Amino acid sequence: MSDVTLSAVSLEEIKHLVSDRALTGETMLLNMGPQHPSTHGVLRLLLELDGETIVNCIPDIGFLHTGVEKNMEAKRYEQAEVMTDRLDYLNTMGNNLAYCLAVEKLVDLDVPPRAQAIRVIMTELQRLASHLVWLGTHALDLAAMSVFLYCFREREIILDIMEMVSGQRMMTTYFRPGGLWRDVPVGFEEAVRQFLRIFPKRVDEYEALLTKNPIFIDRTRGIGVVSKEEALALGLTGPTLRGSGVPYDIRKVYPYSGYEQYDFEVPTREEGDVYARYLVRIEEMRQSMRIIRQALDALPYGPVRSNNRKFVPPPRSEIGHSMEALIHHFKLWTEGFNAPADSVFVSVESPRGELGVFLEGDGGNRPYRVHFRTPSFVNLQALPKLAKGHLVADLVAIIGSIDIVLGDVDR
Amino acid sequence: MMELKTVVDALVTRFDAQPSEFRGQTRLLVSREHLVEAATALRDEFGFEMLTEQTAVDYWPQESPRFHVVYWFTSWQHGGLRLSLRVPVPGDDPTLPTLEGVYPNANWHERELWDMFGLRFEGHSDLRRILMPYDWVGHPLRKDYPLGYEEVQFSFNHEEIQARKPQPKD
Repeated sequence: MSDVTLSAVSLEEIKHLVSDRALTGETMLLNMGPQHPSTHGVLRLLLELDGETIVNCIPDIGFLHTGVEKNMEAKRYEQAEVMTDRLDYLNTMGNNLAYCLAVEKLVDLDVPPRAQAIRVIMTELQRLASHLVWLGTHALDLAAMSVFLYCFREREIILDIMEMVSGQRMMTTYFRPGGLWRDVPVGFEEAVRQFLRIFPKRVDEYEALLTKNPIFIDRTRGIGVVSKEEALALGLTGPTLRGSGVPYDIRKVYPYSGYEQYDFEVPTREEGDVYARYLVRIEEMRQSMRIIRQALDALPYGPVRSNNRKFVPPPRSEIGHSMEALIHHFKLWTEGFNAPADSVFVSVESPRGELGVFLEGDGGNRPYRVHFRTPSFVNLQALPKLAKGHLVADLVAIIGSIDIVLGDVDR
Repeated sequence: MMELKTVVDALVTRFDAQPSEFRGQTRLLVSREHLVEAATALRDEFGFEMLTEQTAVDYWPQESPRFHVVYWFTSWQHGGLRLSLRVPVPGDDPTLPTLEGVYPNANWHERELWDMFGLRFEGHSDLRRILMPYDWVGHPLRKDYPLGYEEVQFSFNHEEIQARKPQPKD
């Protein structure tokens, strides 16, 4: 269209965000990103610098906006689930879980115990995989190259387990409303146990490389401090909040999928700096292993999908000899199921914090409105506050420590 | 330890809120005039220190109210109490007061709602688009904003879809 012309963003539009010194040219405005290796994706930061000190930091997001929420409104409840994988691509199982729990709550659908236990095992493995990417890239940003290579070596084992159960390494869509896509294959338990045998020693190795490393401590201690009260007011969640001394963990406060039956601790630190957040995440990896071990030991036998045929299609074997099953199959695969015209809000603990799903139905077979309260979006909002007064080099450490995924920010 | 019922009763009497419940979750319908007072009371008197979620729903073609702005508040110190406020907003005047002064993280949520729904938050410090490009026209999550694909025309809905198609100007 020729009548729409591009206009450049003028300083006028962001005048209220920078100090008066920027207008006279005393401080410098500098773009960091959108294509910068340490912004962990496509994040643009407009920095106002006094020498090398950050006076103001203005995040500019939306480069990865794909309209997931709008697209989901045009898909049936089951079809819409594949889009959730693409939000936080390091936490696909967790996104599936949050969406499935929301749908299950909206239509009041039960999930068999075996499916719940496998959901817990898979989301905790996913948490480990996500923390490994965080640790690798965070250390890489602070010039510890070798940690990155070790972390990605262990992450491969987890991705192999993902592929084993779902056929996909990353975009899994393994959980479905009412249970799982299918039961885990033979060899799953042994693969997870093998991983649990080697992984505790590997976490000790990462710690040996970083925890007492003087360069790492210099780069992280006392950087990006946020107090308990500020963190709560900013709505921070996850390890970023727990690094400031608030033991707020969705798995404990609002248990889901049977988390209340597992014995694990919520690690917290009081300091609220980059180093505290590092220690919290490392300890979380150990706790995740505890949960996986308990869930695996107590893994019950039984079905992995609800037998409520109004929402869950019947198994293939039933279709051949049951007219009713054939009708259910046909109805569910052509029309889907209807959900009541009301809304629910369900949240789970993602590796980054509280992942909430607001789901509203209108009585039909498509979600009327879905909103993802993504932890990265809310946590990134605190970045200007955390970065103020630090050096540009420290900003890299701070971005790494709040562990954002831009797919999760922009949706 | 605070009971959720105490909070709900207080808000109902003071701000004329209408409570409803679904699957164990409590929601309160409040008018936009009372929103800031109700949120301040939640934070200062009842210990809801977190604004967990803020979003909106568009009920187009219904006009009054066309939108519902949905807030979820969490009280960690009272063991995770959770309460939702819903604020109806008419389609011909999509404005409501900002909560930025009470909960600082409402800033980006409200920018997103302005971007996606065209809801104006009065008193907001930085109401710019956040996800869409700055020169974008329209508000994508409104229900009258098309998804982008062409609808399949059958004989029973041919006229209806034809009328909706953009016509070349005379």
